[in-house]
Amino acid sequence: MKGLSALVLLVSMVSIVNATPVDTYEFKSVDNQKRALSLAHSLRCPQCQNQNLIDSNSPVAQDLRLEVYQMVDEGKGDDEIVEFMTSRYGEFVLYKPRMEAKTYALWLGPVALLLFGGLIGFFFIRKQRIAEATNQELSTEEQEELDRLLKRDAK
Amino acid sequence: MKKLVLFIPLVVFLGMGVFLYKGLFLNPQQLDSALEGKPIPAFQLEVLEKSGETVTNETLKGKVGLLNVWATWCPSCKYEHPFLMTLARQKILPIYGINYRDDRPLAIRELSREGNPYAINIYDHDGRLGLDLGVYGAPESFLIDHKGIIRYRYAGPIDRNVWKDTLYPMVQQLQAEAAKDGAS
Repeated sequence: MKGLSALVLLVSMVSIVNATPVDTYEFKSVDNQKRALSLAHSLRCPQCQNQNLIDSNSPVAQDLRLEVYQMVDEGKGDDEIVEFMTSRYGEFVLYKPRMEAKTYALWLGPVALLLFGGLIGFFFIRKQRIAEATNQELSTEEQEELDRLLKRDAK
Repeated sequence: MKKLVLFIPLVVFLGMGVFLYKGLFLNPQQLDSALEGKPIPAFQLEVLEKSGETVTNETLKGKVGLLNVWATWCPSCKYEHPFLMTLARQKILPIYGINYRDDRPLAIRELSREGNPYAINIYDHDGRLGLDLGVYGAPESFLIDHKGIIRYRYAGPIDRNVWKDTLYPMVQQLQAEAAKDGAS
């Protein structure tokens, strides 16, 4: 019984967390609504900086959210809407930066680091294997020397 | 040669160190404006004090000017206001106000009580001009050149230091450009 009420509480809390600000905006179609919401989720609020347009309650975010909704309902494409946003607020509003000359380091850097690390690892291990393979055999002179030293210590 | 290879991690580390250290001193509130180098967005809005009289983007052309976004609900604008008054008295350049998402009677009363530093006040009630300017908070100020091109955006209140160190040198440069264009 206790477990059940805890579960109910948990479920209700989860649904509160998932709540989005209620805008009294009526979309022309469910598809439009889906597209507009996912687009607004991918755009950063310029004022609060670490919230997307849906999560943020700032007036700027409200305006921009509404703008996105209207543009989707007018039948504008995603590219066009993103262009509208970046021409006013800069690349900053994109949570996912575009692939272009100044963001190559951002996109390709991790891959390059991984390759670099892998390469170092590869050579390091290979070098150790070679060293192991060559150093196993002692020459006769070395063996004699070793025996002599061991005998001396044993005495 | 082989020894040199051992220094690669150190070099990579130092490179990243410099990069990240620089990042510590960036101000995340100070976004680059996407509009620098672009003309003032086209608009047609009413003058704050006189409903019926309109201002357009063409009105602001011809002189190096300062566009200042303000509102009565904005505390930093109140902080900024005395300095704008001083600036207006010096008559270095016209200050154009954009009254952003505000209540008209309230804004007019504020200006009559505290003084009006603005040559023209544009009443942007629904914030459309602000949106087109990429305004994300008030106060924000835009330096425009004589051709009506936005040359610099400053987010935050202007005070003596900001004016002296950042804005005034740019204003002088823009006015020199304007004078050169006027002469030729």
